[in-house]
Amino acid sequence: MGQLFAVEIIYRGVFQKTLAKNITRDIVLAAHYQGKPGISFGRYGDAPERNGIPAKGFAIVASDEQTLEAGMAQYEPKQVDLTVVLDDTLCKGAESWAWYGLKPVHQALKPGHTLIVISLEDAPALLKNIHRRAEPYKLGIVKGITSFSGMWVYKDDHTDVRILGAIAKALPELLSLESVEKFINEKLKSSLKVTSARTAFERFGTVDVKVGQGNPEELFKFDLPRWEDMRGAVSIKGQPQGGPYADPVTKQVGGFRPARNQLFKKYSTRTMRPVVNFSTCTKCTLCWLNCPDASFDVTPDGTYDANLEACCGCGICEEVCPVKNCISMVNESEFHDNNSQWAEFKKEKDAYLKWLETTIKKAEPIEKRTHGFRYRGQYQEQIPAALEIAKKG
Amino acid sequence: MATLTLPVEEKKKSYEQEALITGAEAIAIACKLANVDVVTAYPIRPYDTVMQYISQLVADGEMDCEYIVAEGEHSQFEIVKHASVCGARVFCGSSGVGWMYAMEALTVSPALRVPMVCMVGNRALDDPGAFGVEHNDALAVRDLGWMLTWVDSAQEALDTALIAYRVAEDRRIFVPLAISCDGAFLTHSQALVKIPAAEQVNKFLPRYNRGDLLLHPDNVISVAPQVNEDWVMEIRRQNYAVTEIACDVIREVYTDFERTFGRKYGNPFFEEYRTEDADVVLLGMGTMSTPVKVAVRKLREEGKKVGFVRLRWFRPFAGPEIAKCLERFQAIGVIDRDFSFGSPDLSGVVATEVRSAMYTRAATRPPVLDFICGLGGREVTVPDVEKMAEITLEAAKGKAQPLTQWIGLRG
Repeated sequence: MGQLFAVEIIYRGVFQKTLAKNITRDIVLAAHYQGKPGISFGRYGDAPERNGIPAKGFAIVASDEQTLEAGMAQYEPKQVDLTVVLDDTLCKGAESWAWYGLKPVHQALKPGHTLIVISLEDAPALLKNIHRRAEPYKLGIVKGITSFSGMWVYKDDHTDVRILGAIAKALPELLSLESVEKFINEKLKSSLKVTSARTAFERFGTVDVKVGQGNPEELFKFDLPRWEDMRGAVSIKGQPQGGPYADPVTKQVGGFRPARNQLFKKYSTRTMRPVVNFSTCTKCTLCWLNCPDASFDVTPDGTYDANLEACCGCGICEEVCPVKNCISMVNESEFHDNNSQWAEFKKEKDAYLKWLETTIKKAEPIEKRTHGFRYRGQYQEQIPAALEIAKKG
Repeated sequence: MATLTLPVEEKKKSYEQEALITGAEAIAIACKLANVDVVTAYPIRPYDTVMQYISQLVADGEMDCEYIVAEGEHSQFEIVKHASVCGARVFCGSSGVGWMYAMEALTVSPALRVPMVCMVGNRALDDPGAFGVEHNDALAVRDLGWMLTWVDSAQEALDTALIAYRVAEDRRIFVPLAISCDGAFLTHSQALVKIPAAEQVNKFLPRYNRGDLLLHPDNVISVAPQVNEDWVMEIRRQNYAVTEIACDVIREVYTDFERTFGRKYGNPFFEEYRTEDADVVLLGMGTMSTPVKVAVRKLREEGKKVGFVRLRWFRPFAGPEIAKCLERFQAIGVIDRDFSFGSPDLSGVVATEVRSAMYTRAATRPPVLDFICGLGGREVTVPDVEKMAEITLEAAKGKAQPLTQWIGLRG
């Protein structure tokens, strides 16, 4: 048995599908320059992808064909030598659309190995979201704006080659910078991309994450039932109706909170979340009516509170809200819990409104919040800014 | 279930009526007696006769049901599927390529545990366009969790339809069930049939109760979600559990049928005709039983010990019983009114199943020959049967015979 390497790419479904596919393919092709055979594939269970759903792609490379076959003899690698996270909001946890609770991003990472995250944040900020683990590992950040495009459109902002450069540094046994450069020169035919890869290689560094360091959150999970215990006839029990609930301060009961699915939480689907200014809300009902996931609770005050168990962060509420800055979509990395915003607002109004103001301001500029296309030509406009950050490393 | 105070013979006299009806009409009358709630229809020969008879019963005010003419077989089967999930007793049916056009609806029904009862008027699959009987249409669902039974008389069609509702709607079963009736030979020929009274049927057939699987505003459930590989095996295993007990449930229901109506079918899974001292037997399904029985009597007169086994239930396939029955004979000749191109020994479906059952269960290994016969509605003649019996007798004497032969073929 020779050497076997598995690399896992965790990405946002649809928005980063092409990017993830390119990276896994590029790893295999670059390693092939060193005579190593390999395969790349997307996790079948993630398809058909939904917008923003955490999804996974894999590259498996071996020193020889027989060893590769051992790596291919499983549905997907249970343990990986390297995990790459293409959107830092995924640090809160990842799972495919067929949810069984939340899994930490380093779930499959071998102890002592490297977790690479594309982010503008620093390690302490990311570790507020990345869960604690029982074994130490290394965290490496490739500075950059999350590269989002679409199923059919690819934003060529060099994220792919920068990741390759970082991988060459983090796991030199897998591939060398030379083979990465050779691959880019021969296949991608871009000297600018060679420079990007080399710069990423040179600037990439890691910090050691100790046992127990990170987000202490208890991960939401449930066990798969035995066949005898499952309901018959391919049926699932529906949710109860829900009902009014209490104001945390006045204890006055009112409003309406629909019952939420106990097993299916949308925490990790979001790249953004709506934040609501309850003091300017006119109770027009438009957000509540238009939300495709019925995620708004009607508060006892008659305002609308985005329930973060149910919200997938699509941003339609922001689009339809007629009041300026009443609902604003804010990058998910700004948040570290899923508590009710309305409850916070009721407890301390002034503090909440001040927090709201700074949070929205911090969430600018707009490109931090983009979620697919807003208008034709937008990606071309974004590329210079992305390349600028890439140059700075 | 129903218990009788009167002796069976008296009970029969006081309730039963007799009528000259076709197999299709017998099924229609069974639907009336079973008080079916929803019937869907789409014309295709020979199934269409049953939809004509049911519409006649509805028009005459004899039967009260939702009678929906769909725009095709796929919708026809989808409509009853949904109605059944909502608690309705349903009836549906088709023939040949119509049945195949409904295939997607047919595949989803077993997993959704839909106890729909259907009549398949067996018809050759196109092409060539043909009306005559072939069993490949109904057999297309044999691996999917459907229950499949073949009947050979209008009386048996009526009785089996009542039995079918009892079996399919048993909470332990809840899977779709198709009653196959040979096109023309059964669907279009009239015979005298004893029709039981509604009171008797009501005693035999309880209301359909879907329990916690009922799709209703008071029982909020979601049916048929998309799942990934973490769920499919468990769901298939639930359907497998049905097949594990299906034979027991069928036995129970036949016993109760006999108790209620006084008509005996003996072994529910297959009928044995003059097998007691037989050296060889022929085995087949459906209306070929008539020429086979006539031929058997003729051969017996010539001193040839030939018997006949008519398979009633193809799914579940009563493997242990069939192996135990057939191991007594020196050779078996299966008559397949179907084909399974490219199968082991290039035999038909029934022969392949019989060999499989015998391989694992039987104490002896008599040769199992296969005869492809009567395709596309071609008559299985008495001389054909005699020929097949002679070949089987030769095999019993130890003379090697081809494992598959086409009988009644020009050339």
